Amino acid sequence: MADPRTLHTTKHIVDRYAAIAGTLPGGDLPWLVGRREAGIERFRDFGLPTRRREEWKYTNLEELRRVPFEPAKPVVNGISTGTLPTLIGAEHRLVFVNGHLRQDLCAICMPPDGATITSLGKALETMPEMVEAHLGVARGDEDAPFTALNDAFLTDGLFLHLKPGVDLGSVIEVIHVSVGQSGPVFQHPRNLIVAEAGSHATVLEHYIGFGQSPTLANAATEVVIGEGAGVRHCKVQAEAPEAFHIAMLDAHLAKNASFDSFYFASGAKLSRNEIRVTLDGEGADCRLFGAYMMKDRQHADHTTFIDHAKPHTTSREVYKGVLDDKARAVFQGLILVRPDAQNIEGHQLNRTLLLSDGAEIDAKPELKIFADDVKCSHGATAGELDEEALFYLRARGIPEDEARGLLVEAFLREVIDGIAMAGLREPLSDRVARWMGTRPALSGGAA
Amino acid sequence: MLEIKNLHATVDGKEILKGLDLHIRAGEVHAIMGPNGSGKSTLSYVLAGRPGYEVTEGSVTYKGRDLLALEPEERAGEGIFLAFQYPVEIPGVASTTFLKHALNAVLRHRGQEELDAMAFVKMLRAKTKELGIADDMLKRPVNVGYSGGEKKRNEMLQMAVLEPTLAVLDETDSGLDIDALKVVSDGVNALRAPDRSMLVITHYQRLLDYIVPDYVHVLAGGRIVRSGGKELAHELEEKGYAEFADAAA
Repeated sequence: MADPRTLHTTKHIVDRYAAIAGTLPGGDLPWLVGRREAGIERFRDFGLPTRRREEWKYTNLEELRRVPFEPAKPVVNGISTGTLPTLIGAEHRLVFVNGHLRQDLCAICMPPDGATITSLGKALETMPEMVEAHLGVARGDEDAPFTALNDAFLTDGLFLHLKPGVDLGSVIEVIHVSVGQSGPVFQHPRNLIVAEAGSHATVLEHYIGFGQSPTLANAATEVVIGEGAGVRHCKVQAEAPEAFHIAMLDAHLAKNASFDSFYFASGAKLSRNEIRVTLDGEGADCRLFGAYMMKDRQHADHTTFIDHAKPHTTSREVYKGVLDDKARAVFQGLILVRPDAQNIEGHQLNRTLLLSDGAEIDAKPELKIFADDVKCSHGATAGELDEEALFYLRARGIPEDEARGLLVEAFLREVIDGIAMAGLREPLSDRVARWMGTRPALSGGAA
Repeated sequence: MLEIKNLHATVDGKEILKGLDLHIRAGEVHAIMGPNGSGKSTLSYVLAGRPGYEVTEGSVTYKGRDLLALEPEERAGEGIFLAFQYPVEIPGVASTTFLKHALNAVLRHRGQEELDAMAFVKMLRAKTKELGIADDMLKRPVNVGYSGGEKKRNEMLQMAVLEPTLAVLDETDSGLDIDALKVVSDGVNALRAPDRSMLVITHYQRLLDYIVPDYVHVLAGGRIVRSGGKELAHELEEKGYAEFADAAA
């Protein structure tokens, strides 16, 4: 049942749904309408999570609760291809502003045969049966308040489908822009990636925003990876200082499939990025890497769940964060090894660099192992900059700020150098250097 | 060049230097010898400006300026170089990157133009060749996985690149075999110049066979208790530091 303290907010959101339900895409698709109704019902039952709920123990949504969000409307001006902060020269680019496709900012090159790159909204018009077949598959039985809410408000996002054996060979960059221009708005992006057996895809999700009003992006991404297929996924969260960012990524891997995830975050007032991976076939392998930098009073929550559901599956996870001022971060990493899932290897590491006394990390690594032939490890450390190294650099003439920057870059280098999408390494290293050097907000149109 | 007067310094509230006087003129090489715990390393860290080394009394004047008022990086910019007894490992920072940042910071401080990538590589290649340093070493993170000899060679390379006017070598001979000692000493000797002074800190006389000093001082109990020419080093080698034990008490 919903927490009494959040009832008012929950009701506000449910009312917003009732008001716009008739205008949401796919109104003529009974299965989709059914999903929406079920979603809003589940959200009503869950309510907005409070810290009483174990998985939300370290992230307080009190501030978000007080904001009277309205559903975001399309924004048709103020952004051009020239001012979009693209990270790489991706061959395919889809842009969504406040959750709505901006066709004029998109660029889709000729994809190979068997590859469908479009927006979810368009796919619902032109190939609804395909969406129906795959939507919600990666998530399985797992549920959560914000994904239920996303189900209800689902509007648009990336739709990528690769037929068996198709190698996309090029990168898709999906840019989600939150614009808080006149009053607080929320949007619910939904991305669906389906890589059938033996296919390969690389997708970059990039979240940015601007404006003075609070925004909430409640994103959900689903990745379905067939036998022997591989998906490389990078996400960069650089939202505006007044933004809330809550995201769930569900990945489902079949036999010998691989999933490579990288998450880079420096934006938003409050963010929670949750990743759930189900290794549901022998030989399935996932790598989850993350790097984040937070300052002022930013709060960043990183929650991951790796489900070793089948034998001979492997996972490796490294999350590193840098916290300054009064910033707070959360790392909750759960590795589950199910009974009979033998010959498992799962390694998890979380390291945090605290640049100020006021910064704080709550780390909760967790292993739940119900099989016996298992190699699993986890580690969590938090520390300050190495004073000896700092003095050594300064003794060679390097000014203190520059020396600190070098050491912070070095700290994050391990994860940044590990990004499968090699073209992202330099732009992200640059962002680290800029974050350390001048300390401006890296979010928004200026990023 | 350097004038130290009545220097008192504490570490963790404990007084280590207790009234040290030392005067080094341009072009001179001074050696400071002394038993363990006499304050040799403290002196080198005080000169380099290491946080936690507090000067409670006395003065250090360098090129006519109050050295103690400067930040460590400003001291480096002004030409002070400390070769560390234990060079620090910095994972994730390649030696080349480190050297480039250091050199350009020092050039900026000195009002000179920074080197571009091409000029830097060219300069570095020449210096590494002189010191017998493999290019491969510089691609690795600073001092990480370096042997003792490589670490000291790397210190000499940094010194050669930054071209200091006052080099302080803190037990540069520790952990070196004869071959490495020779390479390091050659590196130091190559930098001897009329406008460059050196302060060589060592426990053993051996290093001074290779880097021949103009003056030798004995540091004991936080003070210079005896000064002389290079022959003093040989005398210490024969007699040991026993006679200065009283001074240390």
